[in-house]
Amino acid sequence: MADNVTPRVRVPREASAGDSVSVRTLISHPMESGQRRDGDGNIIPRQIINRFTCDFNGQNVVDVTLEPAISTNPYFQFEAVVNETGTFQFTWYDDDGSVYEETADIAVS
Amino acid sequence: MDVSRRQFVGTGLVAAAAFFGLPKIASAEGLEEAINAFTGGADAASDGITLIAPEIAENGNTVPIEVEAPGAESIMILAAGNPSPDVCTINFGPAAGRHAASTRIRLAGEQDVIAIARMPDGSFKQARQNVRVTIGGCGG
Repeated sequence: MADNVTPRVRVPREASAGDSVSVRTLISHPMESGQRRDGDGNIIPRQIINRFTCDFNGQNVVDVTLEPAISTNPYFQFEAVVNETGTFQFTWYDDDGSVYEETADIAVS
Repeated sequence: MDVSRRQFVGTGLVAAAAFFGLPKIASAEGLEEAINAFTGGADAASDGITLIAPEIAENGNTVPIEVEAPGAESIMILAAGNPSPDVCTINFGPAAGRHAASTRIRLAGEQDVIAIARMPDGSFKQARQNVRVTIGGCGG
């Protein structure tokens, strides 16, 4: 597991039913591309987050496949339609098998 | 064996071309392959998809990009000049709002960023934007 992996997400606290709300996510992760070399000329092995998903109340919002060309600390912004009060579930999958999770609640009126 | 100066220079040029030229060709092939794997060789229209990327990026390590394709079920982003052209593939689920996303990507140098959207009816849309990079982002 990479060090100090901290997911951060931002969704509006409340919205009206049927609104499309903006979701922003950031996770601190080195996203080691497997292209770089250390001081001795050895390739630093690849370690990236290879998949990111976001669900709202069990319904998929986005499912992203990441490659090494995504920057350090992967950031994603997208929109989700909310029809009822519920919870966003965010999941990041690391190359080494680790899974990082985060949730965010939204109140819909 | 007698090697004239002319032959020697010629051989040197061929060797140099092989050495410097091949990675570029390999990368172009990789791009074709990546596109074909996604589209299955189908042609892509150029309307109905928007790719926003800076014309000049100071730092190739984090280039902000934004892509929007109304109604698309999936958008693939490629960087034509990177060692490996794949950047990411965004699949939109039933709870997605506007079919748009923004993220930050790495670019090795000046190159085209390509976005291809797959529509539910099986057609494809493609957008391309050239980005100049001051500092490359592949640790080279």
